[in-house]
This record gives sequence, C-alpha cells and structure tokens, in this order.
Amino acid sequence: MKKLSARRRHPLAALVVLLLALAATGGLYAAFAPADKAQADETAQSLTIEEGKKLYAVGCASCHGTGAQGTTDGPSLVGVGAAAVDFQVGTGRMPAQQPGAQVPRKKVIYTQAEIDQLAAYISSLGAGPAVPTKNQYSPEGADIAKGGELFRTNCAQCHNFTGKGGALTHGKFAPSLEGVDPKHIYEAMQTGPQNMPSFPDTTLSEQNKKDIIAYLDAVNGDDTESPGGLELGGLGPVSEGLFAWVFGLGGLIAIAVWLAARTAKAKKS
Amino acid sequence: MSSQDIPEENLPAEQDAHGAVGVADDKDPFADPGLPPHEHRVQDIDERAAKRSERVVAMLFTLSMLATIGFIAAYVGVPHDKAIYVFPIGHINALNFSLGLTLGVALFSIGAGAVHWARTLMSDVEMVDERHPIEAPPEVRAKVMDDWKQGAKESVIGRRKLIRNTMLGALTLVPLAGVVLLRDLGPLPGTKLRHTMWRKGLQLVNMNTNEPLRPEDVAVGSLTFAKPEGLEEHDEEFQTEIAKAALMIVRIQPDNIKDKRELEWSHEGIVAYSKICTHVGCPISLYEQQTHHVLCPCHQSTFDLSDGARVIFGPAGHALPQLRIGVNEEGYLEALGDFEEPVGPAFWERG
Repeated sequence: MKKLSARRRHPLAALVVLLLALAATGGLYAAFAPADKAQADETAQSLTIEEGKKLYAVGCASCHGTGAQGTTDGPSLVGVGAAAVDFQVGTGRMPAQQPGAQVPRKKVIYTQAEIDQLAAYISSLGAGPAVPTKNQYSPEGADIAKGGELFRTNCAQCHNFTGKGGALTHGKFAPSLEGVDPKHIYEAMQTGPQNMPSFPDTTLSEQNKKDIIAYLDAVNGDDTESPGGLELGGLGPVSEGLFAWVFGLGGLIAIAVWLAARTAKAKKS
Repeated sequence: MSSQDIPEENLPAEQDAHGAVGVADDKDPFADPGLPPHEHRVQDIDERAAKRSERVVAMLFTLSMLATIGFIAAYVGVPHDKAIYVFPIGHINALNFSLGLTLGVALFSIGAGAVHWARTLMSDVEMVDERHPIEAPPEVRAKVMDDWKQGAKESVIGRRKLIRNTMLGALTLVPLAGVVLLRDLGPLPGTKLRHTMWRKGLQLVNMNTNEPLRPEDVAVGSLTFAKPEGLEEHDEEFQTEIAKAALMIVRIQPDNIKDKRELEWSHEGIVAYSKICTHVGCPISLYEQQTHHVLCPCHQSTFDLSDGARVIFGPAGHALPQLRIGVNEEGYLEALGDFEEPVGPAFWERG
C-alpha cells in the first residue's frame, strides 16, 4: 500500500487511473446493459416496418387506404394482426385480382420475407393474432380422433367431412383444404378470413387447433389411403349417386340390350 | 357355329307356318298374321353344342361356388387394415376389395349361368295360351247363392233380431281391444316438444373445451357452439337433450343488429340462437360472418342472424328461436330462461 501511495504523484498515475476507470465502466456496461441488443433489434424491427410500409403503399393502399383504415373497396386492416396478413398474402388471395363474391387462392407473388415485412407493418397498427410458430401448428403429438370430433362440430358444415370444401350463397364457397399448409389452416381458424367465422384461442384452444390439423393431415394428407378406393371427389351422396345411376344402371341397361340383340337361333335372320 | 356347318340330316324338317291363319285381304284387312315359323337353335340340333352350353353353365355355377368360398376365405384371412393398389381404382382397403370382388363374382356367375341356360338349353318353343274369363260358371254361382240363402234361413238370424244385433255389437267391439293395446307403443309426448333443458341461471358451456363461456371469449365474427351446463356427452339423455338445446353463439357489433328484441336478448352483441333448423331439424351452422347469414346444409334455408334470424331464403317457415342470455356474478354467460317458442321443425299445434 505504501508503494502505491508513494507513487500517487507519478506523472503517469493519472493515466493509469483513467485507464482503470474506463475499463471498469466498459466492463460494467457490457455486463449490465442487455438493452444494447434490444436497441439493435428494435432498429431492425422498425426497419422491417418501414419496408413493410413501402410494400403496403405500392400493393395494398389502393383498396385498404393509405393508413390501412379501409375504403369502400377493402376493409380496415387495423388490428387484424400478422396472422391475417400471412394467411391472405401467403396463400395468394391478396392482393386481390378483381372484385367478386370471394377472393380465391392463387399464385403467391410476394416472398416470405416481404410477407413478414407487410405483417410487421400491419401488426404495428394495432394488436392482433401473431403468426403461429411451427410448434403450434405441427400435427405432432396431437389427438387425431379428438381432432375429427372437433372438425365435425366446427368445420364440417362448410368444408365437408374430410375438408373437400362446399358451396355457399351467391358464388361464395368453402375451399378445399387439400394441400393447404398447416400454418395457413391455423391462421384461418384464428383470424376468420373473408366470410369464414373465426375460432379464437378463447373458444377453440391451441391444442384443439393442433388436433384439427392432425385430423386433416390424416384424412386429407399426401399419403392418405382411402379404404373405399375411388373417392369420386369425396363430396358425398351427389357424386356417389350420380356414379351409381350412370355407371351402375347404365351397365345393367347395356347388358340387357346386348342380350336381347343377340339371337340364339341357328339361322341368323 | 352358323347353320352352314350343320349336317343336312340334323336340320329339322321344313315346318308349316302353323300360326299363320291368313293374310290381309279385302274381306279381313286386319287378319291375324299368327306366329312366325319356329326356328331352332344350334343347341336344339347339335348335341355337341348343347353339351358345350351345359359345360359353360356348369362352369359359371362352379365359379360362383369358388367365389363364395373365396369370400369366406377373404373374410377370415385378409387383415382389415391392409391397403393395396389396384390399377383403375387406386389405393383401397384389401379386405373391402376382396370381399366386394368375390361376392360380386359369386352373384354375377349365378345370374350369367341362369341366363345362358335359359337362352341355349331351356325350351324356346312359342306357345299360345288364350285368355279365358275368370268368373265362375253360372251354375256354380247359382249354387253358391242358394247355399247362402239356405244357410241364412237355417240359422234363424233373420227372425231372432236380438241375436243378430248383439252379435254385430260384439264383432264391432272386439277390435277395440287391439286398438287400446297400441297405447303401450310409448309414453305420450306431453310438452316435450315445447321445452328444452335451458332454464334461468344455466351457464353456456363451450362444446370444444367443455368450459363455461365468458363474454370476452367470444370475439366479433367468431362462431361457437354451446350446450347447457351439466349436460355431459356420456349422459344417457345426452342425444335427446342436445337435439333440442344445441346453441350457436355469434357476436355481432350491436350497431349492426337490426332487430330490437334480438339486441335486448343479447349480451353486448353476443347472441345465442337454436342450432336446429325450423324446417326439418337439421343442425344448421354454415355461418357467413360478413353477411351474418346462416345456411342450412339440407335444403339451403337461409336465416339473417342480424335481423332476429328471419328466414330470407328456403323452405323454413319460422325464424330460429333465440335464447335470452346475460352474465352471472362470476362473469360467465348464462341463460335467462328457456326458449320462448318450440325449437326445431314446426308442428301442427305450435303456438
């Protein structure tokens, strides 16, 4: 201690103290300032929102208004949430091609990164459901039988028993759920796109949604095997009845005509 | 085999046109042309052809027997969960396919054998069977009438009126015993059609989660199905009760509700309607959240949920009954009574 004390008036002492103080401050700052990362994130986030806003101004504002407040051509997007954007743009429904009874699924024209930017901008306008994580919508660990029950209670009235879709009024229809990304099915349940009612987590829990997705994967997936063979569109009695009348009855008539047209006589007249 | 190959001695003698009674002339322009001359089949004149037909028929019947045995073998042997690929049909359950194929072959072979038998081996000689009157000859009829009158006279029924009248009375009353027994076919319906399980204070339970619903759970544009509190799926009476008590819960912005009573019976825009169509009772739930229309999948009856569930299209004759709801002290949605009118299809005495 004496040694240190003796050198306290050394010309370099001030420099040493300064260096020590700087090191301590820097170390403490590094240790206690996680806000640093958040700061950077927020900047990235606001950049994403900025990009999204630009994309929005070009692709969406003509119908939904410059501030997403909605016009006569399109509804307000305040509070619809990122999930709604991800569904509508991710399935190609938006941007809409032409007004009509229903905006159909078509080719996706934005990249996933652009969709995320749009979603970030829209969700910055008002709180809404977020895009689900893979964990939420992957059919693993779900109860398929329970999913079937839930599907028949909540969805089958419009989408048919195995999700083949069906007709509604004035040209509207419930689309087929065949080959639809589980993420989009999840988002549709959560946000209720177009005329579909929504099924929020408060009435249809996250696990319920997972079960429904697992059921659809089981009955309508790529490697689903139909125990009945020819499905005839899976549309139920209309196509099955038509098949029976045309091919079943038609076959019987053809056999009857064939039998009667051939004479069994030895002399052909 | 054509007729050219048949040996000359085997051909039947040339036949008269046995049915040809005449040709049309001036006197009888509509003469009966009769039947054309009978012609023989190959099997009638060639025993080898007949033998061959016999073998074909026997083969078809044998095929049917084998297919039936195959059906039993498939039922026993083919696992029920195995899928196979069959060319035009695609993937199919192996058991379904083998059962259908073998049973189809078994039935078709019997039919085909019978048809081939009838066409080639059974007699095909044309016959005329003239119509004849179906009434009895006059002498038989006269005899029956005489016997009847004789019997009536001998029984003294015309003279002893008391016996006649009491007998008629007894015969008239006896069938009533059978009619009265019909009462045991089941209990009388009572007022069952007019009431459901709903009553004041019963909570609305979400069908998906089996939890009571709170108003904040129900978002605008969402669709939820509810059942009365205390009704569980394993209950013996579940189907009977849910068939009348099933509810469809939607939330509409109060400004968009056009019907005054509907708004009054809702809770902050949450309305509860019967899920049973008033036409023939199908569960109705094809809800379009933008138009607030709900469609019945059976006959396309359409109801406007923002206007007292008025019928706007289709065969349904009544608006959907609305359940009056409120919130209890714990903040859960509850019924404020039963439906005001009977739910489901209209019936003749519906008030």
